[in-house]
Amino acid sequence: MLPEIGNFALILAMTIALAQGVVPMIGAARNIPGWIAFARPAAWTQFVLLVISFGILTHAFVSNDFSVAYVANNSNSALPLMYRISAVWGGHEGSLLLWVLLMGGWSATVGLFSKRLPPEMVARVLAVMGLVAVGFTAFVVFTSNPFERYYPAPMDGRDLNPLLQDIGLIMHPPMLYMGYVGFSVAFAFAIAALLGGRLDAAWARWSRPWTIVAWVFLTLGIALGSWWAYYELGWGGWWFWDPVENASFLPWLTGTALMHSLAVSEKRSTFKSWTVLLAIFAFSLCLLGTFLVRSGVLTSVHAFASDPTRGVFVLLLLGIVVGASLAIYAWRAPQVKSAGNFALLSRETFLLGNNVLLVVATATILLGTLYPLILDALELGKISVGPPYFNAVFVPLMIPLIVILGIGPLSRWKQDEFPRLARMLRSAFLVSIVLGVVIPWLLFGKVELMVVIATAISVWLVYAVLLDVAHRCRHKSSFWKGLTSRPRGFYGMSIAHLGVAVTVIGIAFSSYYSLEKDLRMVPGDQLEVGGYLFHFDGVRESHGPNYTATEGVITVTRNGKPVTTLHTQKRTYTVQQMPMTEAGIDAGLFRDLYVAMGEPLGDGGWAIRIYYKPFIRWIWLGGLFMAFGGILAASDRRYRLMAKRTAPSGADARLAAQES
Amino acid sequence: MSHRILLCLSLFLMVGWGSSCLAHIDTFVFDTPQDEQRFRKLSTELRCLVCQNQNLADSNADLAMDLRQEVYEMIKDGKSDADIIDFMVSRYGDFVLYRPPVKPITYLLWAGPLILLVIGAYALFVFVRHRSKEGVLQSGALDAEEQRRLSTLLEEKAVSTTPDPSTPERKK
Repeated sequence: MLPEIGNFALILAMTIALAQGVVPMIGAARNIPGWIAFARPAAWTQFVLLVISFGILTHAFVSNDFSVAYVANNSNSALPLMYRISAVWGGHEGSLLLWVLLMGGWSATVGLFSKRLPPEMVARVLAVMGLVAVGFTAFVVFTSNPFERYYPAPMDGRDLNPLLQDIGLIMHPPMLYMGYVGFSVAFAFAIAALLGGRLDAAWARWSRPWTIVAWVFLTLGIALGSWWAYYELGWGGWWFWDPVENASFLPWLTGTALMHSLAVSEKRSTFKSWTVLLAIFAFSLCLLGTFLVRSGVLTSVHAFASDPTRGVFVLLLLGIVVGASLAIYAWRAPQVKSAGNFALLSRETFLLGNNVLLVVATATILLGTLYPLILDALELGKISVGPPYFNAVFVPLMIPLIVILGIGPLSRWKQDEFPRLARMLRSAFLVSIVLGVVIPWLLFGKVELMVVIATAISVWLVYAVLLDVAHRCRHKSSFWKGLTSRPRGFYGMSIAHLGVAVTVIGIAFSSYYSLEKDLRMVPGDQLEVGGYLFHFDGVRESHGPNYTATEGVITVTRNGKPVTTLHTQKRTYTVQQMPMTEAGIDAGLFRDLYVAMGEPLGDGGWAIRIYYKPFIRWIWLGGLFMAFGGILAASDRRYRLMAKRTAPSGADARLAAQES
Repeated sequence: MSHRILLCLSLFLMVGWGSSCLAHIDTFVFDTPQDEQRFRKLSTELRCLVCQNQNLADSNADLAMDLRQEVYEMIKDGKSDADIIDFMVSRYGDFVLYRPPVKPITYLLWAGPLILLVIGAYALFVFVRHRSKEGVLQSGALDAEEQRRLSTLLEEKAVSTTPDPSTPERKK
């Protein structure tokens, strides 16, 4: 009975979303206050219905209701409670339900924190979000319904894929989806601004915090996914340029460009139509990612052709969103006048340079991701585009980006003088070249060109950020006063930029100086890797709630002193009979020690993998810096002021509407 | 060095991930560290043909194990990297290469990024030149009218009596 109520709530949510998409939109166009006011309650009702629906599915998992097909396919009575809950989004249907739930959550939140916005703007924003929600809810209801039943119900479920039984994978999808769906807010703001003809600095200021928050979630989602792959998959890799990863990276790159472009739109009231285009692109890339991931087109173009229902649905949705929004853009954008002029050497130019490089990087990755699919679809042959290609084309784009990342914040809006910038950055240039060589040489005793470049640009960036902080605080009566008087947005930016340097160092050092050893070991054997002595103590049996495991124990010493004991497991999950490798990792700020165990080789020997990975944590640490910087920036005082003020009276609102 | 998140999301949606595609650990013994390095590079740049998207190094599939053995033996026999790649391509086609070969059908793939960069740089140049010529940099950030409207919309009406502290910051 309950699952049917869940299904009903979902269908009801879809209808409400439709009303939320249509009624306020007409109200805003015809200026009918009652219809405009419909937007907020509709968004809240829709969200409540989705919470009910999602809650009921969760209940079905918790109570092991295997008559629900989706539960039977993705859970098992022996599965620990934590994973029974996370299994709700462990499969296709449930993860889409999570998607629409989060989308409803964003709508409801926009409704809550938009009291200062003109009502017809809110109406349009929520209407656009409602229309997108209709598309996705219909996708769930008609092609991927999680409430379908099995009759008769099976005795037990088929269990959750063991790879997903992990904390990283509990957190990863919600974060990623929060990011994806969050960009629908930036998108909705852009479309609403286009429709209302109010593409101004106020619009940029309203949509900035939302965009930053969405970007923070996406950043965390990607970082979590990468970290999970590192420790869970047993080969120590953290990024493979797989289409599925690219699907999340494309909106991230465009979203990064969007954040920076919004800054110019707000502060200088320029680049506005470009910003709108970026908002449209960022969300379209989220939809494209969904298409790639959900349609099965990645497995094989031909598999997709044989069962195209889901793929065609998302493709249609993508087509409608992109087509309609570009049509609105073509119709309204020419009326936007961009006021601000600026000199060739100005912060505007650096930010535009940032945008060009990020967009070219996005287009490049898109090209590499779609190229094999297109060749295959056209029967022109099968090729593979993998890490060697992406590294070769992506890295050269990031080097100049990071160089201008250092200069941008130091430069002045509108016009700057070359001698001034040169004077400020001369020392940074020299220091970064010198340290670029010295740091890797001191740490690792050997120097590689790519590492020198990476270290140099990271030092350059850190130096420039510190210079910026020092420079801006100098004018105040005391340095401390200067430091505390800067707005949060400034520190957010600085910390996020430092995060880029941290990640670059992590990638460079761990890629070039990792030591990897695969070998046969019998208990008692030992091997020295990176100054650490790994001693294989032996194996023992171990049991988990739904798996059995063989556990290898390896003690690590350095110069005779104990460092740690690593446990690595080969698990076999009882239901799916799937073997899994659990790596044993000793994490450290400057190095990870990583062991994994393979097959038994006879005569008591085991295949053992030992890695020494310097600075690998910095890759994700940098991601945390970026996310933290984003949170600081989004909580800047001027956005909070906006949210706190009470709503303007109806008369004011109408006045504002007329002014636009 | 092997990288791999691929499963991360694909697992959500796709079935068919068997046990075959999980990490496998070899115990080959090489004559020189250079050979070992070559083996690592080759096995990460060659594709496991029966997995969804995995290189030879990371795959536990039977075929991948056979191919790794093959690569190992060819290295032992003193074959060059080019020999080994040629052999693999002659057997399995370009699909086996994660670094797509440069040939007419991939010209666009390899030249694409450069073309995009040139277009982007050109657009940037034209746009900036246009903007820096136009109107000799008179109108600063927001003109008075826009400034007033922004204030009305964002802050309380009382902006004229109590100026909002955040307003001056915009005027840098």
